[in-house]
Amino acid sequence: MPLLAFAVIIFFTRWKESLSSYISIGAIVLGWLASIWIMIEIVSHGGHFVNVERAFSIVTLGAFNLQLGFVVDPVAAMMLIVVTTVSACVQIYSIGYMHGDPRFSRYFAYLSLFTFSMLGLVLANNFFLIFIFWELVGLTSYLLIGFWFEKKSASDAGKKAFITTKIGDLGFLLGLMLMYLWIGTFDYDEVFAVVNSGAVETWKLTFIGICIFCGAVGKSAQFPLHVWLPDAMEGPTPVSALIHAATMVAAGVYLVAKAMTFYVASPTAAMTVAWIGLWTSFFAASIALVQNDIKRVLAFSTLSQLGYMIMALGLTNFGAGTFHLMTHAFFKALLFLGAGSVIHAVHTNDINLMGGLLKKMKKTGGTFFVACLAIAGIFPLAGFWSKDEIIAATAGHPVFMVVASLVAFMTAFYMFRLFFKTFTGEPRDQEKYDHAHESPNTMTYPLIFLATLAVCAGWVGIPGIKGYSSYIFAYGGHAHIPHAHWDVMIISTVLALMGIGLAYMMYYKKSISADAMAERFGFLYRLFYNKYYIDELYDVVLIQPCYKFARFLWSFDANVVDGLVNLQATITMWLSDVKYWIDQNIVDGIVNGFGLFFDSASSALRKIQSGRLAHYLLAVVFGLILIGLLATSNLFNWTLIRVGQ
Amino acid sequence: MTYSYPILTYTIFLPLIGAVLLLFIDKEKHNAIRWTSAFFSFITLIMTLVILKDFDWTTAQMQFMETHSWIPAIGSNYILGVDGISVPMLVLTSLISLIAIVISFNITKRVKEYFVFFLLLECGMIGVFAALDFFLFYVFWEIMLVPMYFLIGIWGGPQREYAAIKFFLYTLFGSIFMLVAILILYFTSEPHTLSMMELIQIGPSFSHNIQIMAFAFFFIAFAIKVPVWPFHTWLPDAHVQAPTAISIILAAVLLKMGTYGMLRISWPMLPEGIQYFSVPIAILGVIAIIYGALVSLAQKDLKKLVAYSSVSHMGYCMLALAAYTSVTAMAGCMFQMISHGLITGALFLLVGVLYDRAHTREIAAFGGIGKKLPVYTALMVMFGMASLGLPGMSGFISEFMVFVGSFDHFWAEYWYIVALAILGVVLTAAYILRMIQNVFLGEFDEERWGHLTDINIRETLCVAPLAVLTIIFGIYPDPVIKLMEASLNNLVTLMAR
Repeated sequence: MPLLAFAVIIFFTRWKESLSSYISIGAIVLGWLASIWIMIEIVSHGGHFVNVERAFSIVTLGAFNLQLGFVVDPVAAMMLIVVTTVSACVQIYSIGYMHGDPRFSRYFAYLSLFTFSMLGLVLANNFFLIFIFWELVGLTSYLLIGFWFEKKSASDAGKKAFITTKIGDLGFLLGLMLMYLWIGTFDYDEVFAVVNSGAVETWKLTFIGICIFCGAVGKSAQFPLHVWLPDAMEGPTPVSALIHAATMVAAGVYLVAKAMTFYVASPTAAMTVAWIGLWTSFFAASIALVQNDIKRVLAFSTLSQLGYMIMALGLTNFGAGTFHLMTHAFFKALLFLGAGSVIHAVHTNDINLMGGLLKKMKKTGGTFFVACLAIAGIFPLAGFWSKDEIIAATAGHPVFMVVASLVAFMTAFYMFRLFFKTFTGEPRDQEKYDHAHESPNTMTYPLIFLATLAVCAGWVGIPGIKGYSSYIFAYGGHAHIPHAHWDVMIISTVLALMGIGLAYMMYYKKSISADAMAERFGFLYRLFYNKYYIDELYDVVLIQPCYKFARFLWSFDANVVDGLVNLQATITMWLSDVKYWIDQNIVDGIVNGFGLFFDSASSALRKIQSGRLAHYLLAVVFGLILIGLLATSNLFNWTLIRVGQ
Repeated sequence: MTYSYPILTYTIFLPLIGAVLLLFIDKEKHNAIRWTSAFFSFITLIMTLVILKDFDWTTAQMQFMETHSWIPAIGSNYILGVDGISVPMLVLTSLISLIAIVISFNITKRVKEYFVFFLLLECGMIGVFAALDFFLFYVFWEIMLVPMYFLIGIWGGPQREYAAIKFFLYTLFGSIFMLVAILILYFTSEPHTLSMMELIQIGPSFSHNIQIMAFAFFFIAFAIKVPVWPFHTWLPDAHVQAPTAISIILAAVLLKMGTYGMLRISWPMLPEGIQYFSVPIAILGVIAIIYGALVSLAQKDLKKLVAYSSVSHMGYCMLALAAYTSVTAMAGCMFQMISHGLITGALFLLVGVLYDRAHTREIAAFGGIGKKLPVYTALMVMFGMASLGLPGMSGFISEFMVFVGSFDHFWAEYWYIVALAILGVVLTAAYILRMIQNVFLGEFDEERWGHLTDINIRETLCVAPLAVLTIIFGIYPDPVIKLMEASLNNLVTLMAR
């Protein structure tokens, strides 16, 4: 449906702005209704509704078979709802946000294309197809990050995003090759059947699992390929909300969830996943503590939360990871849209220039506050339930438990730092404050809707309620039954409250000086603020050498490889000059000499007939050979060099 | 399927008839000349489509065979025939030729001669893909060179003569090796024959050394055409200096003759050769992929960038060809030949469109022109994405099949060769995106480029079929694969001898 909208917008309605947005939104709302219907079907069938709509071979060549096919399982249905809901909200919101942009229609066309690709990704029934859509969402992400392409930073960020994720995709591609080689099919069910049968050695599964995870590392911006996501904030804010917070970046998590069988079969692969997730969640949270750009704080927060999900999946807790994926999508989209609303009002991203906006922007501020509570994991909001499950999943792994709890604390702190600095206190830039105003309804209604979800979405996972969640987040026949972990709940709530409290003291009451803290931990502060210098490191270690090597190869190509060709030509030309000289002086000389010789000696030697003939023949043969050589090489090189000069 | 008339002969010589007819048209009547050549090229396309329609893809047999005694003294016959490997190439050639002719309508210098040479070239190209006798093959192969030489040398850029001679001599140099190889086979076979089909039957019975030697000679001849690293340096010069239409022909058809020659001749005829040289060829392929991509990354000239990207993309073909036991790899190679023809042909066409307007191809001179030329930019971005192997476009399918196939073949011992080749995907993304960014994105210089106009209808009509096919083959490649499958299966069997 959104694909149709994309085509229609691109080809027909470029000049009718409002129409294109309506078409796009109409399509997504239809998609949304359809996904609700699918969900209802699934629920009414008790979770066993698996509908293979269509499988269609695009290539069959012997055993090599590539298929396009779609399948809906409970997790896919959940993702469908998430994608269509957020997409619909974002598109409605964009009417206000993008109002007056010269490429308004194109923006909606891209959004539709994105939504199409994302839905395709969710519904794919095999690893090959998921890769196709995987790349397509990457393309739309590239187009949308660089949407304001006049800005160098925006087009740079788009390029960076594309290439960085492409590096991850190499791993994915390699994984696909190995999957074909060792398992012989791409189809989910068939692959999992083979894996579960134990017919393939574990080391191979480990290898495939890690390769596929590489793709997720790129797309979900896990360490060390996280560098593109913060830069991707150059795109329009609703795009950040949709693609770089709620849906596309979650595709990596979705992929790992889909490929769960590999990680269950291979503990090594699973632990790799878990460690990367853990490190990313901590690493990104530490950076988020000190950033001043409202969108970057949210971007690092996204990284950190994605790390959480990846970690949960690495600990083979399917339910926790996917549950958090859903709740996070709602509250993170809300946070971004709220941030967009603020940016729309004050025209800056710098939280140091904001302050006191709550008075002017009650709806935005209020919903933002709800989202902050949700992400911090305060009862009874969505984040509370899912985060609780993740921390519970770390039980038995002390390091994971401690770090995950620490991250929960940090999350609460930086989110409320953001909130207090933006919405409370005295305005730090009076002029911007005066211009600020509440955003139009097209922007605030989606906020309110999402805020509702941020509150309620977690309730499907309330322990003790044996509801939908038992099979939506179920993996491999094991029903997902949330347990009440009172200890975890209490600890995480306390930690979150501590984080909020600290932020309150530092940025609201100002009883603890933030500057003094920054002074005291100067080294850490700079390290965090500069994002561990990873970008700089890559630039020095990878990008510059790559360009240098490319330039070197080019000059190598021009001078050595082509130089050899030209050298060959020069040598042949020189040789032909030599031959020409020989021809002129010796061969011709001999001929002339013979002439002279015979002329003068003919009378004297007339009687020696046989000798003359033999000499003559010899001379003819010798001459012919030389002339032959000359003719070829002269033609060959004389022309080449003449023209070459 | 047999016809009551020799359809292949008609198809080959139609352009030649067109060329002869052109000679009788007044050279001032430019439009008459243009439309006549377009007409003949169009009819040729129709003919190849008829061949495609009536081609029986379920068998690997040569079809539409024509055999006539030609020069009995040396045992040379006039043999034509097509199978699943040549039919796609025939259609591609006639399609690209028509597009190239239409895009050349803006040529104003010595119009008549241009189109005469062009139709002669088309005759040679189609002949190469249909000839099944070595002598005939060689004749067509050389016929092609002459018009190409003049087309580059007269209608090319500032350094056209250097480029033309370099192209001519380099290819001629390769032809000599081919001739020697043909002679080796001729004199080794008993009774002496020049028929490719017969030689394919008896080829494996030749001694190991003969096979290796003939294979190596053929390889040099074809490798220059592909071009395989390190025989590629004629390519950037020829591409950059050639007029737009000729660049398109070069990229889309001429380069394919190298790989076609390998698939048609040296691979099935001399199985011990490919078995012996498989790994070195794979290595050359990977070098071409990585090296071509890196050199593209450093380019300052738009056309040179596309030219080096061809080197890189043809490397995928070589990698696939080295994996001689895998049908998937062979199909990947064929598919890559087709999709590279479409995509790179379109890229050269588009670069030419920009050059016609801006009179420069220097990447750094542009910036932000996406704002001024939205349709052009969209097309360029689309083909750029196709070139870097975006799923949904034909390039992705071929790359994927090449990788899967060569992995299948090499994984036991030389898996790292293929793994290294996959790196090329990222490098390709890097140079394409760098190009897009520097040319189309960023600040727009109104003063300098304000006069640029978007792509016009004639040009759009030329690109459109390429764009449509790129997408169709990207989404549903099966018909093309089916067309080739029987022949490729047969090929793999032949190479396993």
